[in-house]
Amino acid sequence: MLFSQTLPRLALPSRWWLGLVLCVLVMTLPQWVVLASWLAPAHEHWPHLRDYVLPQATTTTVLLALGVVVGSLLIGVPLAWLIARYRFAGHSIWRWALMLPLAMPAYVLAFVMVGLLDFSGPLQSQLRLWWPEARLPEIRSLGGAILVLSLSFYPYVYLLARDAFASHSQQALEVAASLGLTPRQRWWRVIMPAARPALVAAALLVTMETLADFGAVSVFNLDTLSVAIYKAWSGLFSLTAASQIAAVVVVLALLLMAIERWQRGQRRYSGNRNQPLAIARLSGWRSILACALCGIVWLLAFGLPLAQLLSWGCAVVASDLDSRFPTFILNSLLLAGLAAMLVVMLALLLAYGERQLQRPAAGLLVQLSATGYAMPGAVLAVGFFIPMQWFDQQLLAVTGSSSPTLLKGTLLLILLGLATRFLSVGLAPLQAGLQRISPAQEMAAASLGVVGWRRLWRLHLPLLAPSITTAALLCFVDVMKEMPITLMTRPFGWDTLAVRVFEMTSEGEWQRAALPALAIMAAGLLPVIVLGRGRSLPS
Amino acid sequence: MHLLRHLTLLCAALTTAAPLLAAEVVVYSARNEQLIKPVFDAYTQATGVKVNFITDKEAPLLTRLQQEGASSPADLLLTVDAGNLWQAAEQGLLQPVQSKALDTAVPAHLRDPQNRWFGLSVRARTLFFNPSLTSADQLSSYEALAEPKWQGKLCLRSSKKVYNQSLVAMMIATHGEEKTESLVKGWVANLAAPPFADDTKLLEAIAAGQCAVGIANTYYYGRLLAKKPELPVKLFWANQGSDGTHVNIAGAGLTRHAPHRDEAVKLLEWLASPAAQNLFVDANFEYPVNPQVAPATKVQGWGEYKANLLNVATAGQLQAAAVKLMDRAGYK
Repeated sequence: MLFSQTLPRLALPSRWWLGLVLCVLVMTLPQWVVLASWLAPAHEHWPHLRDYVLPQATTTTVLLALGVVVGSLLIGVPLAWLIARYRFAGHSIWRWALMLPLAMPAYVLAFVMVGLLDFSGPLQSQLRLWWPEARLPEIRSLGGAILVLSLSFYPYVYLLARDAFASHSQQALEVAASLGLTPRQRWWRVIMPAARPALVAAALLVTMETLADFGAVSVFNLDTLSVAIYKAWSGLFSLTAASQIAAVVVVLALLLMAIERWQRGQRRYSGNRNQPLAIARLSGWRSILACALCGIVWLLAFGLPLAQLLSWGCAVVASDLDSRFPTFILNSLLLAGLAAMLVVMLALLLAYGERQLQRPAAGLLVQLSATGYAMPGAVLAVGFFIPMQWFDQQLLAVTGSSSPTLLKGTLLLILLGLATRFLSVGLAPLQAGLQRISPAQEMAAASLGVVGWRRLWRLHLPLLAPSITTAALLCFVDVMKEMPITLMTRPFGWDTLAVRVFEMTSEGEWQRAALPALAIMAAGLLPVIVLGRGRSLPS
Repeated sequence: MHLLRHLTLLCAALTTAAPLLAAEVVVYSARNEQLIKPVFDAYTQATGVKVNFITDKEAPLLTRLQQEGASSPADLLLTVDAGNLWQAAEQGLLQPVQSKALDTAVPAHLRDPQNRWFGLSVRARTLFFNPSLTSADQLSSYEALAEPKWQGKLCLRSSKKVYNQSLVAMMIATHGEEKTESLVKGWVANLAAPPFADDTKLLEAIAAGQCAVGIANTYYYGRLLAKKPELPVKLFWANQGSDGTHVNIAGAGLTRHAPHRDEAVKLLEWLASPAAQNLFVDANFEYPVNPQVAPATKVQGWGEYKANLLNVATAGQLQAAAVKLMDRAGYK
């Protein structure tokens, strides 16, 4: 339902601004470091990058991002609609099982898929036994990467779209039907526009995740911008050149968000849910077809790689499962849990503050803080580490402490670093959720004297509960998989499961990475299952 | 805000600002935990000196050292590939070590001419072939793989990997940029498949017959053979008739501001000594750097070879040039 009215602009204390600016400043430290690299004097590598690297890498990146967004929408939206609107065989299982690929790191899926489908893989080897000339299309290609990353990232679309569909009003559909709209027209003119904020938020997340991805594209040997950044840093040994390319990515992400805002314009997406979406029951072959559709996606994105990991894991479990494993698991859970809490709190502050302030400048600030998600993790890590190192030294000088570090090597530092990376994952669902709260509700609360923090607490939080759950869940699972920031900022001897995966995969020992990868998944599944099942459909 | 207070407390509790003990060495390592931990554990057992280490990729470790400057807790930087060590030395992150023990244990071409870093293990990068598709008498050198007769028969790993960057850097040192560029273009023209993400995948492609020949590090071959003894892939020592097979190192250097300088040098000397060499290299099927130490039996089985004696520091000096050359040649 589209409201054309704008939010009432309430008199706002300047502390909102202060809080917002402070929060954004800390959360965008890496972005500033990276953007500042353009102030550095021109370096010797620039002509080479301009002529031989950037044009090709930019094209590949844009094509890949477009392909993955389209791919994950094509997978995620129909599944979300099926689950939100219909009941069919296995519905209660697929409802949450379709989220599980979230817990599977993209690079693991990429490695397993390439292993299965490449020339030397079991499938093609078997085909060649039957027909010696049999060949499948090259999996290590742009098309292959689009396919695999879409399978990996569709849960973002599925999760956000499902919530949007589920909270769609049945009345709107009935009104549309009474106005003579055909089912198809109703889909395109009523349902999809109402789901737009959620779909766009998900598409942005998918785009940023694709821009930042390094692990999976390396498996395909695709030359994207994130690979160009890595090459400039570790091949040309120029952090400046690497930062400059990363700055281009940040600007690209900002541009995308700006386009989205401009296009959204003044439209509002709030609606009341007096009467939730009517549920239709599928039976017979329709039910089986729906079940099969969910099953195929689940199998490709989760079942197959899981089976491969399990078979690898069994082969090394005797030699690799040592007494330190419980500590790794605990550390991972602790880190992911705390980081998810921190991110949700910060995202809530930013999203709510932005909504309260109602100024384009506030919107820009908040969006800037969300671009950390589009930066390759390693660049973000170093961009965070540099100012923190400086800050640590200043603290030491001020306090006169004799300890070599104060902040460094503490959990607080890792958590802040993780927040800069995953803030966007918290922001996207919360912003989409806030948009669905109508100004009328806010005004009603205001007229009852409930304003400021109390209004957030009493009006928004209860209405935002599903969005908060989604934000926390996405963030938790993402942190479980995160490597570069944890590697760079963790204390000595403090390892997580993701660090274990890094140790094994960095020298190509994928089989031995299976155990920690499985543990990541098992730990990531806990909240998926608990939260996913605990949540009732349209409330 | 209660939550925030709890968080702060928790963080404070987990702070591990390690106290400066005398018997301790701190290592920043780009060599994997599973390869170094057993070695350090053995050292601690033998000497009582605790080895604290942190692992990461080379580029972040170098940046970290640089940013930390004099306040860095690191004593040793341990990395794979001489290019990274050369770069660390170039950035002034390492200091020279004068040690008789290291001078005798590490051959001159496997350490920094100014003694700022020392090789600890040798890794050879050579040719591997599928005996049902070609034979050893068809093979000779890296350079010969650019000949048209290998069209559609060559497999290469990604040019992003530092091992290939070092190999091409050494070729630049030998042949100059122009000739090397035409050789690399020849490789690219002969590719049977897009470059592979790692050496293991490449060896599997050779085994499957996707290509006849490829270039890989010997320890990947060793690891794969340990899993699949019947693998139809054979090793060929490249450039035996000319400058010798390309070798690189995993090695370490003393950081410029090392807080535990003496302990760190002792650890470095121990790592290069016969007592530790097999422990350090055998787990990964590498070659010892110390000429007094024999490699593992399996590794010996691949035969003796003549190694390229050009100082491995050259790989670092020419790495950026090699990266750019491969970009120009279209080697992905």
